[in-house]
Amino acid sequence: MKQTPGPKENFLKGIIKENPVFVMLLGMCPTLGVTSSAYNGLGMGVATLFVLLMSNVVVSLIKTQIPAKVRIPAFIVVIASFVTIVEMVLEAFIPFLYEQLGIFIPLIVVNCLILGRAEAFASKNNLPASVIDALGMGIGFTLALTVLGATREVLGNGSLFGFRFVPEDANTFILFILPPGAFIALSYLAIAFNRLTRKVA
Amino acid sequence: MEYWVILISAVFVNNIVLSQFLGICPFLGVSGKVSTSVGMSGAVLFVMTIATTVTYLLHQYLLLPLGLDYLRTITFILVIAALVQMVEIVLKKVSPPLYQALGVFLPLITTNCAVLGVAILALGLVDASLLKAVFFAFSSSLGFALALILFASIREYLELANLPEGMKGVPINLLVAGILSLAFLGFAGLV
Repeated sequence: MKQTPGPKENFLKGIIKENPVFVMLLGMCPTLGVTSSAYNGLGMGVATLFVLLMSNVVVSLIKTQIPAKVRIPAFIVVIASFVTIVEMVLEAFIPFLYEQLGIFIPLIVVNCLILGRAEAFASKNNLPASVIDALGMGIGFTLALTVLGATREVLGNGSLFGFRFVPEDANTFILFILPPGAFIALSYLAIAFNRLTRKVA
Repeated sequence: MEYWVILISAVFVNNIVLSQFLGICPFLGVSGKVSTSVGMSGAVLFVMTIATTVTYLLHQYLLLPLGLDYLRTITFILVIAALVQMVEIVLKKVSPPLYQALGVFLPLITTNCAVLGVAILALGLVDASLLKAVFFAFSSSLGFALALILFASIREYLELANLPEGMKGVPINLLVAGILSLAFLGFAGLV
């Protein structure tokens, strides 16, 4: 896959073959921590996508200037700057989401997905390829979080994106909104994902 | 908050791994064997306690007076990264046996979100003081150790289990973590 794949394969690999959540198991903390609803999952996915895209762009542009020995701290500073921007923008414009995601916003810094792509891809490839890589990986991550959030919300709360479709007094699987439900739902989604991708291949 | 409340809350009720989802990467990654999980827990205990001490002081006496609160994330992650390197160098010189035991785990800790997470959470404690913040970090790392070692012990048994093809690897580990988390849910309301 390193042999200069076309833009299309480069984009699609992040969504299916190297899906960050289901295949690579990167960025598990926000994946499990914020997906109690589809809206939160989508919000976290988009925030991460933005940071990933910007950090891939910057890292790819300055890759020849950074001495190899201090590249990891340099990448972390780049990522942390964009995370701070996201934090301030969310607090100012979408305070509800800012409150819901809470501590997981500053923790985007230590999302191994972002540092991993900076180190493994952006620091070795040119700008267009890095942008496509970030978009593919970011969308793969966002899709995974949204699907997990939707699954948990539907099972645990009987609603989707806040729209409730079961009667007020209906019993739902509250377990899926609680922490154990995150692990269990992701476990079954991973089985389904493996099953589906194996069929495609 | 009393100290024992902080301890019980951090270890059992609000366990950082099983109910707050911090430090999931090492939790799933280095839990294959009990011995490595003990090493990892030791390294986290060490770094988390020192890191929170330093970040708390920095936040209280440098960032807040200067009105640079918004630089919190950048400052903390840099401090933690530098600190991990320093701990590694000092440990190598001062205590080779301890370095032998913890050495390989130290570089992994920089991107362990539990360390940054606890450093940030410690700032938000009710009536926080330096001592309470540090004690909170220490208790949280004990909670991390408990969850990690329990999980590793279960995984050692799973090696022998005969599982359906689709469950092998990641899915069964997540399922076990879910059941473990369910057990810890039983502590809710204790404090």
